[in-house]
Amino acid sequence: MDLYPAVRSGRAGLRMLCPDGVPLSRRYYSPESGKELDDDEMVRGYEIDKGKYVIVTDEELERLEPEKSRDIDLRRFVKKEEIEPIYFERAYFLAPAGGSVKAYQLLAETMEKSGRAGIATFVMRGKEYLVAILAENGILRAETMRFADEVRSPKDLGLPRPSRISKTAVRRFEKLIQTRSAKELSRDELRDEQTERLMNLVERKMSRHKDVVEAEVAERGPARVVDLMEVLKKSLARKRAA
Amino acid sequence: MAARAIWAGQIKIGSTAVPVKLYSAAQDKSIHFHILDAKTKSRVKQHMVNPETGEEVPQEEIQKAYEVERGTFVQLSDEELSSLEPKASRDIEVTRFVPAGQVSHLWYERPYFLGPDGNSEAYFVLAEALRNQEKEGVARWVMRKKAYAGALRPNGDYLALITLRHADEVLSPRDLPAPQARGLTSKELKMAEQLVGALEGEFDPEDFRDEYGDRVLDFIKAKAKGRKVKLPGAREKRPTVSLADELAKSLKSLKGAKEKKVA
Repeated sequence: MDLYPAVRSGRAGLRMLCPDGVPLSRRYYSPESGKELDDDEMVRGYEIDKGKYVIVTDEELERLEPEKSRDIDLRRFVKKEEIEPIYFERAYFLAPAGGSVKAYQLLAETMEKSGRAGIATFVMRGKEYLVAILAENGILRAETMRFADEVRSPKDLGLPRPSRISKTAVRRFEKLIQTRSAKELSRDELRDEQTERLMNLVERKMSRHKDVVEAEVAERGPARVVDLMEVLKKSLARKRAA
Repeated sequence: MAARAIWAGQIKIGSTAVPVKLYSAAQDKSIHFHILDAKTKSRVKQHMVNPETGEEVPQEEIQKAYEVERGTFVQLSDEELSSLEPKASRDIEVTRFVPAGQVSHLWYERPYFLGPDGNSEAYFVLAEALRNQEKEGVARWVMRKKAYAGALRPNGDYLALITLRHADEVLSPRDLPAPQARGLTSKELKMAEQLVGALEGEFDPEDFRDEYGDRVLDFIKAKAKGRKVKLPGAREKRPTVSLADELAKSLKSLKGAKEKKVA
């Protein structure tokens, strides 16, 4: 299977510039001599005690990495509702790779019908992930999950034990909930108004050529844009061609 | 020991207010490294400099800008930026309640627990009412100069608030071509059901560990003690059953039996 991110960052990032408009760059210096350091003059260290570091090299990290594999290792199937939402981290859509279209469709169909989620582990960029595989509208997606020790419980937080509550008060709140119930979430409520305001301001300033500066910036690699729609269409169409 | 709350406010449902404190439900356990000077083994200093002169630019002289296209920037003053900020407020305003599970996981960003602030009865009453009604609230609030949307959900006896991503950050499965499960025979579906059924179980997060993270930490600790650590050479593959393989295998045998092509 191939993975495609289902989410991206929408927040407009700001850059830092010098007073004359040149973008700043980050440089590293020796704390003792103040000398600027090149990449090969720096190492990676883990702070084992205050001010005491264990040096770890790229090679060591690489050799500790789990074996690279494209397999999504499904370990078990659970009821979808059984997974507490606080575990979910990030979603990816899955597209069938190679000749696995039929297996993909079978799995999606079966999981959706039975309301099951698959729990799996897989390796991506040298890291091991715990994921829930979910099916919706015939599409499979993997949602990375936090590990158990990355999630706190009310007990860990020391929240007070539930107090005695009156049934009348509960009923009053239930009425409050009922009168404000809707069928679904509205996308309108998820608008990023702050970014919209920022983009409006930027456009206004652009059209008036106010505070617009040009600067030469280092060439960055071409962004790899994947048209997920195309990929899915292609891989799903392959079935018919086969 | 009680954890420290990161924010305090009140849930507002119409004119009803429930005072709460907000706690992070997630804690980052990933391994963090520092950048050290290779010679002195001390932490390097980082500065933002003008790349042309190599000179450090003092904080108060740094200009913020939005990059419209490569190399074209629109400068924004601090006053302009602060005029874009949402109005500060202590209200977590619940705008509506939707059936529990209606908010897709795709939207979830970061989980928080809420705890009662002061009088705790209203807090536990709200949690109980949400549970009874099988609803979750859609809430909006402003925290640290940022506007958030979130799902207010009961979690056992307590309340959790999960921040939601913005509308343009999420690709919905409904935007994708829905593949029709045509050409799947009932025999194939039955077989898939059996395979899924055979692996059925309960979800216990404690069953899974970040094994790579564990290995790196163990390695670091051993190295700190001055021990020579043997690193794995050729890595062995864990003997596991891949469901996709199983499905493919079973499909093959089905096909073999029927011998006819699936159009």
